[in-house]
Amino acid sequence: MSANREPCLDIRGLSAVLANGQRVLRSVSLAVQPGEVRALVGESGAGKTMIGKAVLGVLPKSVRIVEGEMLIEGEDLGRLDPKARRTLIGARTALIPQDPLTALNPSRRIGPQMTDRLVRILGWNTERADKRIRQLLDEVQIRDPERVLKSYPHELSGGMRQRVLIAAAFAAEPRLIVADEPTTALDVTVQKQILRLIAQLQRDHGTAILFVTHDLGVVAKISQKVSVLYAGKVVEEADTEALFAAPQHPYTRALMTATPRYTDPYASLKPVDESVLAGLTAEIAAADQAWRPGHG
Amino acid sequence: MDEASVARGGLAPRLWLAGGWLLLALVAAIFAPLIAPQDPLAQDLMLERLPPFWLDGAEPGYWLGTDSLGRDLLSRLIFGGRIAFIVAFAAATSACLLGSALGLIAGYFGGWPDRIISRIVDVWMAFPPVLFAILLVAVLGTGLSSVILAIAIIDWTRFCRVIRAEAMSQARMDYVESARIAGYGRMGIMLREVLPNVLPSVVALLSLEMGIAVIVEAILSFVNLSISTDDPTWGSIIAEGRLSIHQAWWVLVFPLITLILTVLSFSQFGEALKARFDPVLR
Ligand SMILES: Nc1ncnc2c1ncn2[C@@H]1O[C@H](COP(=O)(O)OP(=O)(O)OP(=O)(O)O)[C@@H](O)[C@H]1O
Ligand SMILES: [Mg+2]
Repeated sequence: MSANREPCLDIRGLSAVLANGQRVLRSVSLAVQPGEVRALVGESGAGKTMIGKAVLGVLPKSVRIVEGEMLIEGEDLGRLDPKARRTLIGARTALIPQDPLTALNPSRRIGPQMTDRLVRILGWNTERADKRIRQLLDEVQIRDPERVLKSYPHELSGGMRQRVLIAAAFAAEPRLIVADEPTTALDVTVQKQILRLIAQLQRDHGTAILFVTHDLGVVAKISQKVSVLYAGKVVEEADTEALFAAPQHPYTRALMTATPRYTDPYASLKPVDESVLAGLTAEIAAADQAWRPGHG
Repeated sequence: MDEASVARGGLAPRLWLAGGWLLLALVAAIFAPLIAPQDPLAQDLMLERLPPFWLDGAEPGYWLGTDSLGRDLLSRLIFGGRIAFIVAFAAATSACLLGSALGLIAGYFGGWPDRIISRIVDVWMAFPPVLFAILLVAVLGTGLSSVILAIAIIDWTRFCRVIRAEAMSQARMDYVESARIAGYGRMGIMLREVLPNVLPSVVALLSLEMGIAVIVEAILSFVNLSISTDDPTWGSIIAEGRLSIHQAWWVLVFPLITLILTVLSFSQFGEALKARFDPVLR
């Protein structure tokens, strides 16, 4: 990966607070290079989903960004007016969500749902969009596209729905995909297939992915880079191989000994060692004391 | 798949029975002058309090008997249906449009639009509806249009509350977020993504509201606050029937049955339609 290329996603010192002033993101910095998969790991509540939502411009109203920048292919989202930002996000990014049931509109058939998006994002006509959708359904190994396109979401299995969503995410050729625990809601057997599909399409399309997970087994399988998040703070970032070979931060080490094998993802994240957490919490509390938002 | 078809089989009779009765009543009302066997206003003291056709002393041509002025009950019920249906459609549709639109906006946008709309609904609901209706008609004056207006003014809150709650839960769904990410505007998402999901409830409520409008109109007629006293309405027939219950029970019983069947049919029809409409229930 050449060093002088512009990152596909560049988050610099991003902090966000809740309405009550509590910090949920603490000066988060991370970058995803073009065509690269960066995993974002951390336990539940660490703020992984928040980071994804911040990038995609869909933070809940109760969460406010107080400092930092987010750049997509060098364009600073903060400097764009809302409309231009929406257009940029729509054209360059996509989401593979965690729950494939609620991510599809229950009262609309799959076909029109997918085609509409493409028409909207790329300005294509319906025929061209339809062709593209079929091509993508083939890529995600859906063998009976006719039936799937005519179905309502609830008529498909969870794995099938997630395939549809993967196809939809890649269809408009975004530069960056945020995948937020895309396999957590699925059966164990289906999880592997879905993971393999995402990896396959990622390679074929050369899309950069910010892959949110709490499962280090998944990290090892899919990513080249990792950022470890704890309480809204990036505590370690490294090449995936390097991280597994020699984790630097005590939290990462604790996380690793706590993580079982990939074959048993539901058992992932046993409680991390108490003393490590106590140290971290004290460290973060001290940092919060000293912290003043850059502006606002 | 199996469960769905079982559910569909279970729903069908309800849909057809309720829909059948409504269609029959509606067609009769529309073509009342052609269908009604007698002039609903024609009085004949020679024919007063004739019993229905299966009892002794019934006259051919007066199927459900006559009232104390000798007017044909069936013809009066058929003509009364005209006002019932006009009120049902006009009042329920107006209440539905107003209430659903406000409910959709409040539920989807949240924030201050929601606060304002919800506050208004709370204040509105504090009035007892029937009293509210009587008051309104007293102020607006009697007549078809004020009855319709009164029902719409009172009952839009029914739609608003339900649709608000549904729109709110839909707005939290990930598909709304995905639409946002794809670049759709809020208005577009509300109409394109959220509205279709609350539509089945709108339809069910609309049908239910038609039944309620029929009752309210009957109540207003009953207390003599509705349309001019000459035109027969179900409520005014019931009011008259009450006076002669001991001499001619049929004058009270048949309009009551008609009213109840119609109101029940509206509510059942709405439920069945909702089940049909909703891809998740279907
Ligand atoms: N809508 C919201 N409003 C306010 N606070 C929220 C909201 N959603 C989440 N939070 C808080 O923000 C923090 C980060 O949550 P987030 O959902 O990003 O965690 P996560 O790392 O994705 O966890 P998980 O693995 O459970 O998905 C948590 O402390 C959570 O309680
Ligand atoms: Mg999450």
